[in-house]
Amino acid sequence: MIEFEGVGHRYGDREVLADVTLALPEKRVAFVGANGSGKSTLARTVNGLVLPTSGRVLVDGLDTARRGAEVRRRVGFVFTDPDSQIVMPTAGEDVAFSLRRAGLGRAERARRAAEVLAEHGLAGYADHPAHQLSGGQKQLLALCGMLALDPDVLVCDEPTTLLDLRNKRRFVDLLSGLRQQVVLVTHDLDLLDGFERVVVVDGGRVVADDEPAPALRHYRALAG
Amino acid sequence: MNPLGLYEPGTGPLHRLPAGPKLAGVMVVVTLAVVTGEPVALAGLLAAVALGYAVARVPGRRVWRLLRTALPLVALVFAVQALLLGLPAAATAALRLAVAIGVATLFTLTTRVDAVVGAVERGLGPLRRFGVRPDRVGLLVGLTVAAVGTLAGIAAEVRAAAKARGAERSVVAFAAPFLVRTLRHADRLGEALTARGWGDEPDRPGPSS
Ligand SMILES: Nc1ncnc2c1ncn2[C@@H]1O[C@H](COP(=O)(O)OP(=O)(O)OP(=O)(O)O)[C@@H](O)[C@H]1O
Ligand SMILES: [Mg+2]
Repeated sequence: MIEFEGVGHRYGDREVLADVTLALPEKRVAFVGANGSGKSTLARTVNGLVLPTSGRVLVDGLDTARRGAEVRRRVGFVFTDPDSQIVMPTAGEDVAFSLRRAGLGRAERARRAAEVLAEHGLAGYADHPAHQLSGGQKQLLALCGMLALDPDVLVCDEPTTLLDLRNKRRFVDLLSGLRQQVVLVTHDLDLLDGFERVVVVDGGRVVADDEPAPALRHYRALAG
Repeated sequence: MNPLGLYEPGTGPLHRLPAGPKLAGVMVVVTLAVVTGEPVALAGLLAAVALGYAVARVPGRRVWRLLRTALPLVALVFAVQALLLGLPAAATAALRLAVAIGVATLFTLTTRVDAVVGAVERGLGPLRRFGVRPDRVGLLVGLTVAAVGTLAGIAAEVRAAAKARGAERSVVAFAAPFLVRTLRHADRLGEALTARGWGDEPDRPGPSS
């Protein structure tokens, strides 16, 4: 469960989030809104990459400002650009890199990594140079790097923006099959069918919070 | 693509050798190359390194890519030294360089970064009581190897973009976007590492491998 309690954030004297209070128990939640509305900032508060300048964010009751390490163990994060998330030269090593912190031996790490890759459509790519994968495969790899850590929550900030239509669909289908709670930030509104709740952000505030159909109607009206 | 980095999967004896002893071997070869000034001995050392490539069954395309990058460099060093110091000194310098590049590349071709990181972590383990964090140093080594490829990729893209604008000779057209993209990459990489738990204290006293 993710809770925002009166969350506000400023960069210098620009206020980018104000007075966000939400409790998100649903398994599939989306944040939508215009460019610069504050979606990424809000999403980043969930794993403590951004600490709010007022209010607080709780994950399973843990305050992100005080228990950051524990929160990050529960919350995985997938960014837009896979190239900056992949840190090791081959796909298998990159996933194994996540497992390094879990205290597993090298052989065990390699085995688990191959398993995670195979489960998410990258079977046989363990020894493949990571940066020669296609864009869609790279984003799958970034997702595998996170899922290897078995988080309870997965926050994805526009993970499909750089993907073509088919890979967008595939990525979202994959997300929908996960046991994790998923918070998806996106501009691809037609990917939100299976979502239970859509939060519309505008000018740093929540302006609508509903099931997809009414929330998106509100968002479209906002865009004019 | 970066010719020096990147593991080449294989099952030969050099691939199976653990990273620690292999790294020690690389250091021995490089040390020998530095202490011997004798061109004939250096040529022998170079031949031994070449034999290593054959034993590891490194594919021809990788060897070709290495030669294409390293030969001009070695030739340049040879030419400059020959002009300044004469032929024997030039031969020594060029052979030394060839041995060092050859053996270092052989190491990266046959060793996964993961294994290198593990070897560094184990090697530095005893220094933990002096406040050294072997897992951090290991990560740094791994990221450095990976960064070579990333920076080469960014440079190639920026050069192509400058060329598309007809500005291939402009220093600014290269340097400005290269710097911006490199810094932005560093920024995002930092966030991605944090998200994967790397800024946080480890759950256990030491890393495993
Ligand atoms: N590091 C930063 N320093 C200063 N201002 C920032 C920083 N990051 C974001 N901002 C500002 O905060 C505001 C919200 O940015 P944010 O990235 O959260 O928007 P967004 O809704 O994710 O937009 P987009 O759809 O374009 O990704 C913007 O006005 C942006 O300029
Ligand atoms: Mg954003």
